Amino acid sequence: MHSLLSRGNSVLAYTLSVLVTLTFACFLSTILVDYRTGTEMKTLKIEVKNLPEYGVILWDKIILRGENANLRLKNMRTKYYFWDDGNGLRGNKNVTLTLSYNIIPNVGRLPIVGAIGSHTFSFPSEYTR
Amino acid sequence: MFDGFLDDLKRMNKRQFLYQVLSFGMIVSSALMIWKGLMVFTGSESPIVVVLSGSMEPAFHRGDLLFLTNYEEEPVRVGEIVVFKIEGRDIPIVHRVLKLHEKNNGTIKFLTKGDNNSVDDRGLYAPGQQWLEKSDMVGRARGFLPYVGMVTILMNEYPKVKFAVLACLGLYVLVHRE
Repeated sequence: MHSLLSRGNSVLAYTLSVLVTLTFACFLSTILVDYRTGTEMKTLKIEVKNLPEYGVILWDKIILRGENANLRLKNMRTKYYFWDDGNGLRGNKNVTLTLSYNIIPNVGRLPIVGAIGSHTFSFPSEYTR
Repeated sequence: MFDGFLDDLKRMNKRQFLYQVLSFGMIVSSALMIWKGLMVFTGSESPIVVVLSGSMEPAFHRGDLLFLTNYEEEPVRVGEIVVFKIEGRDIPIVHRVLKLHEKNNGTIKFLTKGDNNSVDDRGLYAPGQQWLEKSDMVGRARGFLPYVGMVTILMNEYPKVKFAVLACLGLYVLVHRE
């Protein structure tokens, strides 16, 4: 009844169930978190409907926990090629740059959050040198 | 009288044994039901995957567990982490979508890259393959649970461990009496 084996077994089982419960609670806690800052949603949603969804990542950065997340970048070059598979970029009047971030928690949901604010510009219709 | 007692015990054991076999079957079939049910609810052929490489570090390490969904109506977006299969490789790959192009008829093609890799995945794809399509996708990562998949990695790398664990569990379920 109270042998070493049975005690070890119950300690192990109890530890495991406590860990599982805590992990599950952590998981649940990430579901309803709103990671957006501010609530200027009206100006953020400049989505043009019925257009094909195009997306190219130009730059990325990994920020680990505890690192400085307050970025102030100037004169950045693109990290990846700004290429379209086709010819949709030349003369395109509606190229929008946005910033979004993917948060990896200890345990839980993996949200992709769009930062507020964007920059729209147009490409020239002729190649320049 | 003693004989009768032994006989009784024997018969009890037989029934008990059958009962244990049945409950063992219950465990196996409910595990299967949960897995298949998850497949239905998430739309993915493999709703839970274990990360097998370090190509997504520091986000995912070897042995982390990912929950996937693969709903038709949700479009793939750039920056999302997708799990895909390549022809000729049986292990699914977990990487981030780097470029995505959608045609007017709704078909998409995308290029992926591991966070920890310096180049994109064209070298990993099948020879001559430039883009991934929706049919290559197993799902997109929606939930994250660290370390838990280490168990399956251990079992796959050391098959003896797997058989030992399975034998112990089976024996325990069959022999153990409430």
